[in-house]
Amino acid sequence: MADPMRIRAVIKDGAVNVKILMSHAMETGQRKDEAGKPIPAHYIQHVSATWQGKVVLSANWGTAISRNPFLEFSFKGGQKGEKIQVTWTDNKGDKRTDEATIN
Amino acid sequence: MASIKLRAVVALCGLALACAAQAQQKEPPAPRKAAAPVKKAAGAPKDAVTAEFEKFREVMEDASPAELFEAKGEELWKTRRGPKNASLEQCDLGLGPGVLKGAYVRLPRYFADAGQMMDVERRIVHCMVTLQGFKVEDLAKQPFSNESRTPDPVSLVTYVAGQSRGMKIAIPQKHAKEREAYNVGREIFNFRAGAWDFSCASCHGEDGKRIRTQELPNLTSKKDAIRAFQGWPGYRMTGGVMHTLQWRMNDCFRQQRFPEPGYVSETIADLLTYMGVNANGQVYKGPGIKR
Repeated sequence: MADPMRIRAVIKDGAVNVKILMSHAMETGQRKDEAGKPIPAHYIQHVSATWQGKVVLSANWGTAISRNPFLEFSFKGGQKGEKIQVTWTDNKGDKRTDEATIN
Repeated sequence: MASIKLRAVVALCGLALACAAQAQQKEPPAPRKAAAPVKKAAGAPKDAVTAEFEKFREVMEDASPAELFEAKGEELWKTRRGPKNASLEQCDLGLGPGVLKGAYVRLPRYFADAGQMMDVERRIVHCMVTLQGFKVEDLAKQPFSNESRTPDPVSLVTYVAGQSRGMKIAIPQKHAKEREAYNVGREIFNFRAGAWDFSCASCHGEDGKRIRTQELPNLTSKKDAIRAFQGWPGYRMTGGVMHTLQWRMNDCFRQQRFPEPGYVSETIADLLTYMGVNANGQVYKGPGIKR
């Protein structure tokens, strides 16, 4: 079971500024363990954020993203008290969704 | 004649050596213009690499990956675990069972129930043993984080540290044992030994020292003492792992070519008392980010 994300969404200069921290190993598949065996790739492939049922961000990710990724973006139209949901899916089919309130 | 000439040469050599030595030791690194084309951040002159990292730290400060470990630590703190199936909510970090607010900035301290000086990690491990029934030997098998695993005490320390965000450091020196620990810690800090005849003070006892591109704080000075406290526990961008001061001390010992200290040993508690008390009165901003 994946650990929760930390999401902050605040209104800044007329837009909603969203900051997300995700807890993920983001293994590239290039590294080897102590025994010399390759560590299988394990990384987030898709991230999306929705607000009021609308997708405000959709991103395809690869192995170039760091461990425990940090993502920041802005979108227009959100109001205080409304919710945004963020979901990631990784290459092993693991999935995690978390929600935050805009303030 | 020849001998006089030789003496003059020797004298000159001696002088040149002394200057070089002085230049190496006494002069704080002058701001090197050629090496610092980057616009400097406000404050003291910094080299390009440090300035760049400071910018990065500023951006990351309000969304530090350390928070992920705080969250993990909170879950571990509140969950019933171990052979005794208990949570850590009854753990006394010095301010009473379960009191977390401000506990971190008042550690290390003397604990009568254990009869020992304890820093935060030593105390948490003590609680894991007494309340939850874990074994120190098991916890010491992998005491420090690596890419594939973050040991539980690391997340727990990060959680506890986060509960003292924005608070003043006030490490007690009331008990005789606490004053003794400070003095022993100072001795350890200045103790030269090992294959390289090093001490902590060799790198951290003077202004303007550095290792490669990394500026080193002078931990004996009032203004820099906070740097032994602030930023720890810290998320290391290199490798993306969370580390506590326990690891930092261990790694400094290794870098000095000292024998490795035991996990959560008295040596480390004393050393952390010395460095912590020097930073008393300054504000702790919470778990941080390291290069």
